[in-house]
Amino acid sequence: MKILTCPLNGPRPVSEFFYWGEVRPMPDPAAASDDEWADYVFNRNGAPGVKREWWCHTPSNTWFIAERDTEKDLVLKTYFYPGEE
Amino acid sequence: MPWRLLRFALNKKHPEPRMFTHHEKLKSSYDVVIIGGGGHGLAAAYYLARDHGITNVCVLEKGYIGGGNTGRNTTIIRSNYLTPEGVKFYDESVNLWQDLSTDFDLNLFYANRGHFTLAHTDSALRTMRWRAEVNKHYGVNSEVVGPEVVKEAAPMIDLSCAGHAPILGALYHAPGSVARHDAVAWGYGRGADQRGVEIHQQTEVLGIDVQGGKVRGVQTSRGYIATNKVLCAVAGSTPRILKMVDVKTPIYIHPLQAMVSEPVKPWLDPILVSGSLHVYISQSARGELVMGASLDPYELHGTRSTLDFVEGLSTHMLEMFPFLSKVKVMRQWAGMADMTPDFAPIMGMTPVEGFYLDSGWGTWGFKATPVCGKTMSHTLVNDTPHPLITGFSLDRFRNFALTGEKGAASVGH
Repeated sequence: MKILTCPLNGPRPVSEFFYWGEVRPMPDPAAASDDEWADYVFNRNGAPGVKREWWCHTPSNTWFIAERDTEKDLVLKTYFYPGEE
Repeated sequence: MPWRLLRFALNKKHPEPRMFTHHEKLKSSYDVVIIGGGGHGLAAAYYLARDHGITNVCVLEKGYIGGGNTGRNTTIIRSNYLTPEGVKFYDESVNLWQDLSTDFDLNLFYANRGHFTLAHTDSALRTMRWRAEVNKHYGVNSEVVGPEVVKEAAPMIDLSCAGHAPILGALYHAPGSVARHDAVAWGYGRGADQRGVEIHQQTEVLGIDVQGGKVRGVQTSRGYIATNKVLCAVAGSTPRILKMVDVKTPIYIHPLQAMVSEPVKPWLDPILVSGSLHVYISQSARGELVMGASLDPYELHGTRSTLDFVEGLSTHMLEMFPFLSKVKVMRQWAGMADMTPDFAPIMGMTPVEGFYLDSGWGTWGFKATPVCGKTMSHTLVNDTPHPLITGFSLDRFRNFALTGEKGAASVGH
């Protein structure tokens, strides 16, 4: 069982967590062109590497950020989104 | 003692031809370079040579032939999809499968078994009816059947699924089949090889030379190749190749795992799938139970397998077939699935001239191998997408015109 460290609850089995993809800045929906909006909605950085991702510890509904190497399956660190501690 | 074998043993030169010609060197240029020596890439090479007479083609494979998702799937072939685009496309593929063994002069162990997609809820049954009607409209043999038909086809099943997920009915698709997956890659590879296509294994693509929006060549681990046309058919490695040409797509990679049991006496003829319980099961010609579940829950570019998967799949498997509790799991493995948001592939042209994509094949690519080869070779030659793949273009995302293929494998609905 893979262990992930929740910033609130400490190390927990990965089956307690939910993965919500890479942290991506949202363009202003009112100002963005159709192409920019489609790019934001659909396109992803699918290549392997170290990524900042949204994860949620589901029993406690704690959302946080994990920095993870998506090629080696290594979690480098986990922390709350800045300003939401 | 067969004399032929003795002669073979004593002969210094091998009198038997090898399955594939070994090429010492890459040429400096080719008309077409195909990245990926799996079923899809080799099928495209085969049809380019056979149907279009283009033989100055090379297939580059980082590992070995059919070692990627071609050899990692659960070998199921069917065409009971949901969208008109999907049904027409996969039906053409099922037709092509019928005479592949004769085409290749190689036994693919293509076995027509019949395919049940089980419904445990009213909403699932509703989707099955929808799929059946779309299928019938396009002449594909699918029908909704009651639980008694499932019981008759697989008498060992517990129709109540341990009491908490009773089977209400199923989508029955008579043409559902299995085939020996690696033989498909070998068949296409040998056919292409005999017609003059060069297959280079252990050759990795390191970069793609794009000048003025056009493909000019490919940098490989064994030197540079000049070419104007590149077909990318690399499944889970697609995002790595796309990075080289700077093309953005919605493709994301999750592992998909599968496992087989020890061989047991034949007891299961049809292929059974339960979307709700996340179970796929069929019995191979060798007696092994070939089993799969759903995608791993997070992005990963690797093929590690997990105990969580075996535990989860086995739990659901025992709900359907309690008598399997003493059967041992023999091996497990994973493949990297290139997923798309609408569960339809991404095929055809790209913003880079001369760079063609056969990708987004996620968990549903094996059955499409022949038709992908056919349509992609047509697209490469005519520089315009084959009519069967216009619904799968990369443009559909920019135009907010998705294909919505809920009949895809490993998709809960």
